[in-house]
Amino acid sequence: MISRRSVLKAVFTGGAIAGLGVMMPKVALAAWNKTAFDTDNQDTAMGALYDSAPAASAEVNLKAPDIAENGAVVPVTVSSSMADVKSIAVFVEGNPNPLAAQFMIPAGTKAEVSCRIRMGKTSAVTAVVETASGLFSASKEVKVTIGGCGG
Amino acid sequence: MAKGIIRAKAKAKNGSTSVKIMAKHAMETGNRKDKKGQKIPAQYIQTMSVAYNGKQVMEAHMGTAVSKNPYLAFTFEGGAKGDALEITWTENTGTSSTETAKVR
Repeated sequence: MISRRSVLKAVFTGGAIAGLGVMMPKVALAAWNKTAFDTDNQDTAMGALYDSAPAASAEVNLKAPDIAENGAVVPVTVSSSMADVKSIAVFVEGNPNPLAAQFMIPAGTKAEVSCRIRMGKTSAVTAVVETASGLFSASKEVKVTIGGCGG
Repeated sequence: MAKGIIRAKAKAKNGSTSVKIMAKHAMETGNRKDKKGQKIPAQYIQTMSVAYNGKQVMEAHMGTAVSKNPYLAFTFEGGAKGDALEITWTENTGTSSTETAKVR
């Protein structure tokens, strides 16, 4: 059965590879998921990335400030002690585009990433960890005093 | 060698290498307006791939919600001092580049 995900990947791979230019990387990159990044709806973004909904889990560790003084730079660290983590994604529910980033974790890389994201307003930040055995998440409300989406 | 936008620190310790990358990039969302009130076009890094000895150790997909001067930190098993990391980034505009950093 062809999953929706693989169809979407096939459609977007052509565009993504065309943009790589002369320098061909030694490893093939997964296609940047335009549907997931461009949608203004968090559920749609998750649906574009995954085949099912994630289950909240205490094994997903989301570290983010309770209050972000500057919404333009909010430090987030996501880690998980689970085995076989394939990817980690960060969503900001109140953002114009909820999907902030997705990190593919190849075998041999620790399931822990730190990044800095923009938040337009106080909102729930959700980390989704994709493993060989399913999807798990953790959420936290981050208060934002000054929004950082530049609008 | 041309000066790139990637500043990376990679440290090998106790069998793993911790990597901290900062790319100097405005990550324009496309929502900001210039002095004339015109929207500044979106220009942001969409993918960043890091390889060590030809093997991919990280692949980050980013959207406009990643802060200006994107920062990324992660750790992978292995890595030795003196070896090189290859960091390839691609923008929404199609611009792409590969830069290298040494493991300390």
